[in-house]
Amino acid sequence: MNVPEDLLYTETHEWIKREGENIRVGITDHAQSELTDVVYVELPKMDRQANAKEAIAVVESVKAASDIYAPVKGTIVEINKALEADPGLINREPYGQGWIFVLKIDNADDLKQLKDAEAYRKQIGVND
Amino acid sequence: MSEAAQKCTPLYDEHVRLGAKIILFGGWLMPVQYTSIVEEHHAVRKNVGIFDISHMGQLIAEGSGARAWLNFMLTNNVDKLQIRQGQYTFLLNEHGGIIDDLIVYRIDDEKFLLVVNASRTGEDFDWLKKHLPGHVELENRSADFGGVAIQGPRIRQLCHALFGKDVDLPTRNHIVDLPFEGTNVSVARTGYTGEDGVEVFFRAKDATKFWNAALEQGTPMGIKSCGLGARDTLRLEMCYPLNGSDLSPERNPIEAGLGFFVDLTKPNFIGRDMLLRTKERGPREKLVPFRMKEKGPPPRPHYAVFENSERIGEVTSGTISPSLNWGVGMAYVSAPHAKIGAQIDIEIRGQKFPATIEKKPLYRK
Repeated sequence: MNVPEDLLYTETHEWIKREGENIRVGITDHAQSELTDVVYVELPKMDRQANAKEAIAVVESVKAASDIYAPVKGTIVEINKALEADPGLINREPYGQGWIFVLKIDNADDLKQLKDAEAYRKQIGVND
Repeated sequence: MSEAAQKCTPLYDEHVRLGAKIILFGGWLMPVQYTSIVEEHHAVRKNVGIFDISHMGQLIAEGSGARAWLNFMLTNNVDKLQIRQGQYTFLLNEHGGIIDDLIVYRIDDEKFLLVVNASRTGEDFDWLKKHLPGHVELENRSADFGGVAIQGPRIRQLCHALFGKDVDLPTRNHIVDLPFEGTNVSVARTGYTGEDGVEVFFRAKDATKFWNAALEQGTPMGIKSCGLGARDTLRLEMCYPLNGSDLSPERNPIEAGLGFFVDLTKPNFIGRDMLLRTKERGPREKLVPFRMKEKGPPPRPHYAVFENSERIGEVTSGTISPSLNWGVGMAYVSAPHAKIGAQIDIEIRGQKFPATIEKKPLYRK
């Protein structure tokens, strides 16, 4: 299971990539593999404000619908429209073209609450 | 659910070895998928796929009077069965509600095999046992047998590889015993996918041998091991009902649109009075297939169904059909609204998405 070293993670299986005062967010390789074939993504609205751990998007597989949460407090500044036409990007490139949204963070200190790769690996029971 | 309540089929170790995702289904630890529900679905539509159905129950009823008794317990007419022929039928409660849907095979003049849903096996057995006359014997043989469904257009080719070139496959809904590597297996020309296929039952101890032989012989045909996920999308495209979702003790076969499998000309069977009444008055609600009008989120069980602003029913099965790459489902809606071509709305997370009531099946080749 791929857990890149340079990303941060949440307990709810989102990955977070710091891009200056923004963060790019998607779901982890482990999450996409558990969800199985993603068939629909409900993206958050642009400019929406979200609190940490607030459900702001939905990823639907053949089996079930799963909420995606804002990792920290902030404002949606970019959404991945490509997922509307090709939701399978989440399965094929969870850390690349399968990103879901970009959030402008209110307070960079909030990121300290998130897990590093090692802690997330421990959570999902992967050793290396 | 406690660990003790989780049952494994004789093929459980094979599923784990193949890297399947395992879920709990009707008390059984079953593979929901091996690689991808969508890929497994397409394998069955285009080539061939193999499913573990060992969790399904096998009941055997035998003795003089078994035939007459089953005609009292089941909705379809077993008198219509030749020896080695099977039929789809229902086991009802006194209110006409569906305890189970099953296939009954006539093995001999007064000997029948009932293949029932995994989660209902115990309940079916108890209900049948409660009504058992002295001269009929009923056995629950579920633990003795394993089974697989092998489904898809390349089934003939695979069966010839497994059983020999000269072997005659049973015709639709028939069952035959065929020799396989020093043992006998029962092969029925039945399935739950809409493709040509067989369901094979064998002794539990032969399960691994048969499963691996089928996978090996099927490799040149593009066989894939398939889980419950693909089984569900395949059956839903054909509008085959799933017990526990589309069928329940609160629903009867007339409401479910399955009156074809009820013989009301039989003088008496459990639930007949209620079915006659439903038929005379017309059912209050009907199970209908529907297709979304736009590409969007998949419909799912328990979503509300509207016509204009009036709530008219509830979704019981729904998915994105892998064959159509489109949202489809089945819903119970109030009878006056259950018209082919009617425009309805499915409410998904507070938003209404338009859909059309369709004819069965939702997918045609």
